[in-house]
Amino acid sequence: MSREVIVIGGGIAGITAASSLSESGSRVTLLEKEKYIGGHVKKWDRLFPSFRPANEVLDWAEKSMSSDIEVLKEATITSIKREGDKFTVYIQNDEPVTGKAIVLATGYELFDARKKEEYGYGIYDNVLTSADLEAIFREGKKIVTADGKTPRRVGIVHCVGSRDEKVGNLYCSKVCCVTGVKQAIEIKQVLPGTDVYGFYMDLRMFDRHFEELYFEAQQKWGINFIRGRVSECAENEDRSILIKTEDTLTGKPLKMTVDVLILLVGFIPSVETNKLASMLGLQTGDDGFLLSMDEHTQDNNTAIPGVFLTGALKGPTSIINSIADARSTALQVQVYLKSIG
Amino acid sequence: MKIEGKRRIWKEYQKEIAGDHYFYVRSCVRQNFFPGSEKTFLRILKEVLDKDIYENPSHTTCSGIGYHSDIVRFETSMTMVARQFALMTEAGYKNLATSCITSFGLYTEILETWHHFPEVEERVRKHLKNATGREFEVPDNLSHASDIIYKFRNEIASKGKLRLINHITGKPLRAVEHIGCHYSRMFPIKGIGGAEYPYVLTGMIEEWGGEVIDYPERRHCCGFGFRQYLIQANRGYSIACSKKKFDSMRPYKPDFILTNCPGCPMFLDRWQYAISEMEGITYGENGFGIPVLTYEELAGMILGYNPWDLGLQVHQVPVEPLLDKIGIPYDQSSKFLGKDGKFIGKPASPAFLKFL
Repeated sequence: MSREVIVIGGGIAGITAASSLSESGSRVTLLEKEKYIGGHVKKWDRLFPSFRPANEVLDWAEKSMSSDIEVLKEATITSIKREGDKFTVYIQNDEPVTGKAIVLATGYELFDARKKEEYGYGIYDNVLTSADLEAIFREGKKIVTADGKTPRRVGIVHCVGSRDEKVGNLYCSKVCCVTGVKQAIEIKQVLPGTDVYGFYMDLRMFDRHFEELYFEAQQKWGINFIRGRVSECAENEDRSILIKTEDTLTGKPLKMTVDVLILLVGFIPSVETNKLASMLGLQTGDDGFLLSMDEHTQDNNTAIPGVFLTGALKGPTSIINSIADARSTALQVQVYLKSIG
Repeated sequence: MKIEGKRRIWKEYQKEIAGDHYFYVRSCVRQNFFPGSEKTFLRILKEVLDKDIYENPSHTTCSGIGYHSDIVRFETSMTMVARQFALMTEAGYKNLATSCITSFGLYTEILETWHHFPEVEERVRKHLKNATGREFEVPDNLSHASDIIYKFRNEIASKGKLRLINHITGKPLRAVEHIGCHYSRMFPIKGIGGAEYPYVLTGMIEEWGGEVIDYPERRHCCGFGFRQYLIQANRGYSIACSKKKFDSMRPYKPDFILTNCPGCPMFLDRWQYAISEMEGITYGENGFGIPVLTYEELAGMILGYNPWDLGLQVHQVPVEPLLDKIGIPYDQSSKFLGKDGKFIGKPASPAFLKFL
């Protein structure tokens, strides 16, 4: 099977790159390891900062895909070979796919919160991750404690697995801060009588309308933000969670109990990204994410002609930026295809 | 609580523990605090487990307390530890077993330092050579004595006469475990079970029939914390730490507390008396305290040793309620008689804490 471009990864970046390439006349194959395309966005309920349903964005992306794009799901790549300007991607239990260019869009994985052992995820019954909470919202379930009760207090811990030398991740995952603010508001929307506390180091409200959302969280919803890193959690006899932290604005140690604790998990490079990087001989940075040719001027190109990078495999990014990056990648691919004739 | 979550962590934090031929280094303070513990450890290894264990009378302090109190420089501590290594090397041993948690932590810190900075090791070798003429090999294996009891916990159980079961109710005894900070908090990978959910003591308790309580202040300091106690003005903080733990564990009604550090059993035991005198509070049943044990004492109890040979009579919190629950026979009249049969003295009865 011969196509012009092979896009690997069917998340929002991969879908957008495939659509943009197809729109501009390339014949595209999209390879996805899962049974479905949509990546992480498919697992999210609503998006910051506007609370728009995530499936609206995904629907738009999927509708943008022309029927000419060949989508291969459950595609496990076993090897990639390059001969001149031609790439051959070998797939387990399937025919190999060939093309003149490859776009890697294998994204990220969420940090495994169990690695922050002191927070007790996977041990204490009332400790969840932001992804667990999003699944609760998406499935229309109620936020309840392990005993089925409405929580009176919910704590949200920021920077779990990000900006944390102890777990080897010094980088910021960018979108967790605003996700935490969004989820805090969403909790208040469904549980107005519940007190919500966010424990943060910094609130990095870097993008448009983020700061406004943070203000809204405090002014309209009465959410408490405490500047302090949670040092440890323990389970009380009633399975509520005892938190120890420091309120660094008042300079006092703080010990409090919450009924449910949410851990805002950050990004880590995906296993698939590392695997493909190894197959292709691509470089990764200190943070484990892939390095492009030049982070300012050639951020979609790699040292290998015909291999392009897009989306969160280069580091944490938002959906908005992933879409923009994917379109930029498509343009770079077109320039390359034209150059090789 | 999802126990499978803990089990996953326990699997990740395992380590090599030498199986025989130990060069044993004692603690500076344990023979005063709980005088039967080290003797019991040696007895178990020699008589029950049939192991080769050797100690050298020329062994000195490792200087760990001074180091952690900022009165001994690291350079000095390293040279003193190098001398212990030299004693081990001269005796023909390669496996070091420490009685003290702070020694274990300091030895580990020094070995890690030398691993990452070989030039420091070379410098210390010169210091030792200049000062004593001695040379040394670093140990092949460094284990804390509780690691060794943990390693042979199954064998101790199989050779033991008793289980941690309430012989009247038939229910497992409920235990609080408390590891010393310098066991795995400095280097989690060097401790069985890691730092957050340590397994070294839990493994013994479970193997010997008991069950472990996970209470909210499980990780909190025992109250020793070196500067909290060594600096007299800070002792209020020391007792406050211990009280915080007792208040937190009390609702779970523990039958005993198990420790693997010199300081923890000392403070968790003695401060129960002090708190009872200050506040009139007792934490055990019927006016008693919660018995506090070292792992050697507990292993000795499982093996059916005479409680007074284990040194349990020097505990401030009486252990008799625990002995009664397990069904361990004891002669109350000989509690305060020494090995020569002479009366060794008896503490004055506290005002609130029941004492036998």
